[in-house]
Amino acid sequence: MTFALFAEQLLNGIQFGVTLFLMASGLTLVFGIMNFINLAHGSLYMAGAFLAAAVQAATGSFLLGVLVAIPATAALGAALEFGLFRRFYARNHLDQVLVTFGVVLMANEATRLIFGPVPLRMPLPEALAGSIEIVPGLVYPTFRLVVLAVGLAVAGLLWLVVMKTRLGMWVRAGSSNRAIASAMGVDVGLVFAGLFAFGAGLAGLAGLMAGPILAVQVGMGEPILILALVVTVIGGIGSIRGAFAAALLVGLVDTFGRVMLPPALGSMAIFLLMALILAFKPKGLFPVHG
Amino acid sequence: MRNRRPIVFAAALTAGALLAGSAALAADPIRIGFLSTFSGPGGQLGQELLDGFELGLAATGGTLGGRAVEVIKGDDQAKPDVGRQVADKMVERDKVQILTGVNFSNVLLAVAKPALDAGAFVVSVNAGPSQYAGAQCNPHFFAASFQNDTSSEAMGLEATKRGIKKMYLMAPNYPAGKDFLAGFKRTYKGAVVGEVYTAFGQLDYAAEIAQLRATAPDGVFFFYPGGMGINFVKQYDQAGLKKTIPLFGPSFSLDQTVLPAMGEAAVGAFAATHWAEDADDAPSKKFRADFEAKYGRLPSPNAAQAYDTVMALDAALKSIGGKIEDAAAFQKALETVKFDSLRGHFRFNRNHYPIQDFWLAEIAADAKGRPILSKRSLIAADHADAYVDKCAMK
Repeated sequence: MTFALFAEQLLNGIQFGVTLFLMASGLTLVFGIMNFINLAHGSLYMAGAFLAAAVQAATGSFLLGVLVAIPATAALGAALEFGLFRRFYARNHLDQVLVTFGVVLMANEATRLIFGPVPLRMPLPEALAGSIEIVPGLVYPTFRLVVLAVGLAVAGLLWLVVMKTRLGMWVRAGSSNRAIASAMGVDVGLVFAGLFAFGAGLAGLAGLMAGPILAVQVGMGEPILILALVVTVIGGIGSIRGAFAAALLVGLVDTFGRVMLPPALGSMAIFLLMALILAFKPKGLFPVHG
Repeated sequence: MRNRRPIVFAAALTAGALLAGSAALAADPIRIGFLSTFSGPGGQLGQELLDGFELGLAATGGTLGGRAVEVIKGDDQAKPDVGRQVADKMVERDKVQILTGVNFSNVLLAVAKPALDAGAFVVSVNAGPSQYAGAQCNPHFFAASFQNDTSSEAMGLEATKRGIKKMYLMAPNYPAGKDFLAGFKRTYKGAVVGEVYTAFGQLDYAAEIAQLRATAPDGVFFFYPGGMGINFVKQYDQAGLKKTIPLFGPSFSLDQTVLPAMGEAAVGAFAATHWAEDADDAPSKKFRADFEAKYGRLPSPNAAQAYDTVMALDAALKSIGGKIEDAAAFQKALETVKFDSLRGHFRFNRNHYPIQDFWLAEIAADAKGRPILSKRSLIAADHADAYVDKCAMK
């Protein structure tokens, strides 16, 4: 492996990792703080991609697609939370899995009914479509660099909000001990709803950024959801820092596993990683609950 | 107006009742089980096949060989065990005389034997597994589509003819992926500088594309059906490789089930195909126009096969007066069937798989700017599959 190839694979791994982080951060907050398993997180990812692709197809503007899709997905998330999911916070995990899985099935069929069975097209604007030579011998697709930058920026922003603001303090308090936080005067219901909508918006962002790279098709949320769950579990449920570290780890292990190991082993490298980490750290890399 | 409406209804009802009555008097309808994948990511292909099949039936006035047709649809969910259950129900309870529709070879392998054992005909509109082309060939099994390996074989011939010295091969790590690459290697005389199998359903191919670029091949032959193909082709284009290292594939990697989503990224890629959207023979033109009018999109070669299957069944049944119950006569009629195939030359080989032409198509924009398979040159005329010698047809 030459240095240029190694550097390119490193970029690939990190870029894949930050995409996973966008998905996993919302999932881990909802799971960690509300103790709510949301399998429909992948459907919100799909919604983000379809909304952006549809707006782009109608208006011809990629940017407009982005600007519409993120708040629309967040609103969709808020509607789901308000209309359905908040009734299930007190129920056991099996009920939550059942109801959110039902939402996944309904979302897939509804998307098929609205947009038809043919995957949508989501072309990139001219400025982002090509690839650029970062250093001589290292050519990299422009849009992937954008994804990388956006992912890292969101990670930084999240860290700032969670660690440095009062809102973040509430979130961390709720994450560590929900009952005490509530007793201390945190409006848990409001924090939950806001958090859910925020996570949905992040899933929508991840979906619309995947649109130009991946197929915008019914069911696109499920494969990425599984990876996001792996990231959540490795990182420690409820931990943003853990999700970030685990997402990068999974991205890198997956990328290098695929090119350096035989295919059967390469495709399960991340699951081996998860098993290994859980064997030694059952609560993940950065456990939140004592 | 208000008073007239009941009369119109009554008239329509009477007419309907009369029609139904007369059809029942002529003969019982022919029962066809259309088992395909209608849910999940593979659901699009099942719909494509069904659309082609129903368009064919619309063209024959809903009849085959002059007899009315009843189509019973079933969803196999792309799972062999589910397909087996639905097929058993179709054969035992609905007493279907023809089982068709199946898109995935692994499903077809699971459902064909019980259906054949129960006395039904299996006529494939898509899946063409090697097993039934060779040692397992069966008098009541027909594939009106293709044998799975043949379009890859055609692309191997084309790549050799073009003098491509170093080829890089990619496919998902599952049986059909290996079959397609094996078909290519059977006829390709150059050097294979890379043969990569990726996990089925893989999303991101950046790592593999980086490895590929480092190998500097003269061309890439890939088989990625459905969403995997969309992912791969878009990412390949974004990596800036399309112009320097051309893409080659069987038509299944580059047809209308995926081309609208690939868009510009697919333009310039090459496919080996048995039918193309710009085929200019009269039956194909009519088929394309009717399909677009009815479904609002362009048809793929898969839809063309399904349409062709109806035409073949109709012609065969016409020649024996619609008597599908006479199995020996129906088999003979299908074996020697003559019909206006969209594919031009088409006939069944000794193993009941097609002998047909394969064309080189380039992905190009049509008059409306939509990417289509555009015919370039004939690769192989009357191409037969490689398994027919192993078949001892009774």
